[in-house]
Amino acid sequence: MAETRKLKYDEAALRTLTRDDLEALEIGAGILGTGGGGNPYQGKLLALEALKAGHEMKLLATDAIEPDALCMSIGGIGAPVVGVERIREGREGLRCLRAMEELIRMPVDAIVCEEIGGANSMSPLVTAALGGLPILDCDGMGRAFPEMQMTTFSIYGHSSTPSVMCDLHGNAVIFSHAVSEVWHERMARACVVAQGGGAMLATAPMQAHFVHQFAIPRSYTNAIALGEAVIRARRMQDDPIQAVCDLEGGRRIFNGKITDLKRHLRGGFAVGDLELAGFDGWAGETASVAIQNEFLLFRRNGVVEVTVPDLIVLLDVDTGYPITTEMLRYGQRVAVIAIPCHDLLRSPAALEVVGPAAFGYPDIAFSPLPKAA
Amino acid sequence: MYRVGIDVGGTNTDAVILKDKTVLAGVKASTTEDVTAGVIEALENVIAASGIDRTAIAAVMIGTTHFTNAVIERRHMDEVAAIRLGLPSGAGLPPMVDWPDDIREIVGNHGYQVKGGYEFDGRILSPLDEDEIVRIAGEIRAKGLKAAAVTCVFSGINDTMELRTRELLHRHCPGVPVVMSKDIGRHGLLARESAAIMNASLLSLADRTVAAFQKALVQAGLTCPFYITQNDGTLMAADVVRAFPVLTFASGPTNSMRGAAFLTGLKDAVVVDVGGTTTDVGSLSHGFPRQASTTVDIGGVKTNFRMPDVFSIGLGGGSLVVKGENGISIGPKSVGYRVRREALCFGGSTLTATDIAVAAGKADVGDRALVRTLDAALVGAAVARIDAMLEACVERSRISSTPVPVIAVGGGSILMPDRIGDLEVVRPENFAVANAVGAAIAQVSGETDRVFSLVDGRTREAALAEAEAEARDKAIAAGAISDTLEVIEREDTPLAYLPGNATRIHVKVVGEMGAYHG
Repeated sequence: MAETRKLKYDEAALRTLTRDDLEALEIGAGILGTGGGGNPYQGKLLALEALKAGHEMKLLATDAIEPDALCMSIGGIGAPVVGVERIREGREGLRCLRAMEELIRMPVDAIVCEEIGGANSMSPLVTAALGGLPILDCDGMGRAFPEMQMTTFSIYGHSSTPSVMCDLHGNAVIFSHAVSEVWHERMARACVVAQGGGAMLATAPMQAHFVHQFAIPRSYTNAIALGEAVIRARRMQDDPIQAVCDLEGGRRIFNGKITDLKRHLRGGFAVGDLELAGFDGWAGETASVAIQNEFLLFRRNGVVEVTVPDLIVLLDVDTGYPITTEMLRYGQRVAVIAIPCHDLLRSPAALEVVGPAAFGYPDIAFSPLPKAA
Repeated sequence: MYRVGIDVGGTNTDAVILKDKTVLAGVKASTTEDVTAGVIEALENVIAASGIDRTAIAAVMIGTTHFTNAVIERRHMDEVAAIRLGLPSGAGLPPMVDWPDDIREIVGNHGYQVKGGYEFDGRILSPLDEDEIVRIAGEIRAKGLKAAAVTCVFSGINDTMELRTRELLHRHCPGVPVVMSKDIGRHGLLARESAAIMNASLLSLADRTVAAFQKALVQAGLTCPFYITQNDGTLMAADVVRAFPVLTFASGPTNSMRGAAFLTGLKDAVVVDVGGTTTDVGSLSHGFPRQASTTVDIGGVKTNFRMPDVFSIGLGGGSLVVKGENGISIGPKSVGYRVRREALCFGGSTLTATDIAVAAGKADVGDRALVRTLDAALVGAAVARIDAMLEACVERSRISSTPVPVIAVGGGSILMPDRIGDLEVVRPENFAVANAVGAAIAQVSGETDRVFSLVDGRTREAALAEAEAEARDKAIAAGAISDTLEVIEREDTPLAYLPGNATRIHVKVVGEMGAYHG
């Protein structure tokens, strides 16, 4: 693909990301991870190293690219516990990109993020930077979800195969066809074990008009703004939690102390239940949060109030920093924030895949949080 | 037989003598630059105060913040080779990638990445590139580096490559000490590697410091063995510290919390340690400090040591009391250890938190007449502010809504009210030297933390038993008496997103040190 490629966008529309943007993104992606999605720290280090080596990260609005441009979505797959020990090589994503271009015999024009919440916010930036491509300002979840079929791309009919999965050794696996998105998830999950528990996976490219219509828009600018708000509030000694709510149209629904935490394993996923005792304006109330990688349900005094796909975010009540499910412990003081998810996650088709029933709660109906006027 | 506990802090060196479970005497001396003089002074004073025969001292236990301070102040650190075995894994993130620039420069930024490492299930990631190790050994000699740190991917599962690399380095650059990450830290490569590198850079300081302790004991006429306390409140033989100085990093707060538990007999409590400048608050559970679940920064470097979950605020006996637009503010500025000169009640000219405690009739130190003229409204408001600050951090450290007692220790604990919220405050005798008491009563531990593959019929229970046996062996090797060993931590975390064949197991056992028990 060495020939000069015709640009499918106006270069003036690109926004170059800085170190500060990445620091803010680390916090913002943690917040949108709703407890899961893995820790973006190591990914941020890789992105910072790419910047140091002279590569640039260029962000582009989804509507600023020609409708027929080819956009390739990419994300990490595997166990976070493995990833902190066996660190990525760093160019797995680039190898996915090159293998995909070879497979489809066409150049890719832009990179898309699979999942903005958590660790997967960072690797598409590195892939785009190393590949010299822009990254679109959007993602397929607007938060974190545990499985591949839970993207808006899959939900709205894009077939994610053929896909390419590359590990740090240099192995590349092509899934040429999956009869369903769930099958794709299942096969990729088996393959990643053979590859040592961690890999990058690029799915079949989409045309830009599809991305424009079905991706969660502005997720990078949102996540960066969220992180900046927390950093600024801490510097000015303002309330970081209020700052997060203001930006995302969310509201603080509880201040509580963790009084109990039960964890167990179900079907390969870490699941659990968190009990909270209220303080400040919530003294005397109790609440609970059901967990499967991410925070799934929020109950107040036993009554379900917020469910997936709306975002349930736990922040440290003093610092505003996001709390992931593995950091939870007895006695911690947290603020619970509820943020309405994007409308793309609220359609009947989406709720089938990412609603309460998809996470094992068939009797709980999704009652959408009201959006700010 | 008697036990001596010594705590060498940044400002004070405290010493206590214990006979079984009784504290016979406790004293404070000033810490000296060479460590030796301060330790000798504290030892002589405490022996005199207790009136015991020094030949009857069975063991000395020392807690020290010397190595932590070296890293924080960027002093006494050597240049070292940082060798990582794991390519192609981690190629994009070289050793020390997330260190602050100044400390990376001090340890020399000699990072090497070599083919090697294991996968989570024990398969080889890459065969070890032995020629490259031999080449690096040549560079170590040419650069005159003082030590090497070797970190292999998944060395918690298989330590063969770290051992082999050490062997090669010993052969090709004899005399250069080699630190293996498997001996230092836990799961999580960057944090474990950073800890191993820091450890390597502190080896010569550790050597000098242990020699200084030894000299002090000899000069005080003591011939008994001595031990140093580590992060978890347990002991290691002094010679082991020469190899593992980083394992002492968090011993200060741990010792004071363990000392508080011992002095009161309470196993579940909140401990408030008020010093001259800061107050540390943490929770005791089953007599041990609750551990922090996140990585811990040491001088700006992320490490994954198990550290007590301690919350610090800038409030101490020497904290400045200032009347401002928004009412009274207390700390974080402090006169620190100069409180005995500069506070009003000691004839100085600075209004400190200690003066407030004296004026309010809560404490009887210095000369009360010197604070009699303080405005009663000011004193009342300052007391309320101090109480509110203490209550907020106690509340933050509580483990559950079950009421637990609050133990007040440290020289500044005269600031503590008799109740904090709905909790009763307990003030043990010898509260001022609780950290030295914590050192004196320390136990020996052994620990395992690695990923076990549940294949070929190995069950979760079998893996847990295997991990426990490993931890017990380590404790016994460190000097513990086997029939006193008990498991204090046992957790297993199945690896999410992978089929159920791998689980991370952490087991820790503690027991009595053989030298003075039985």
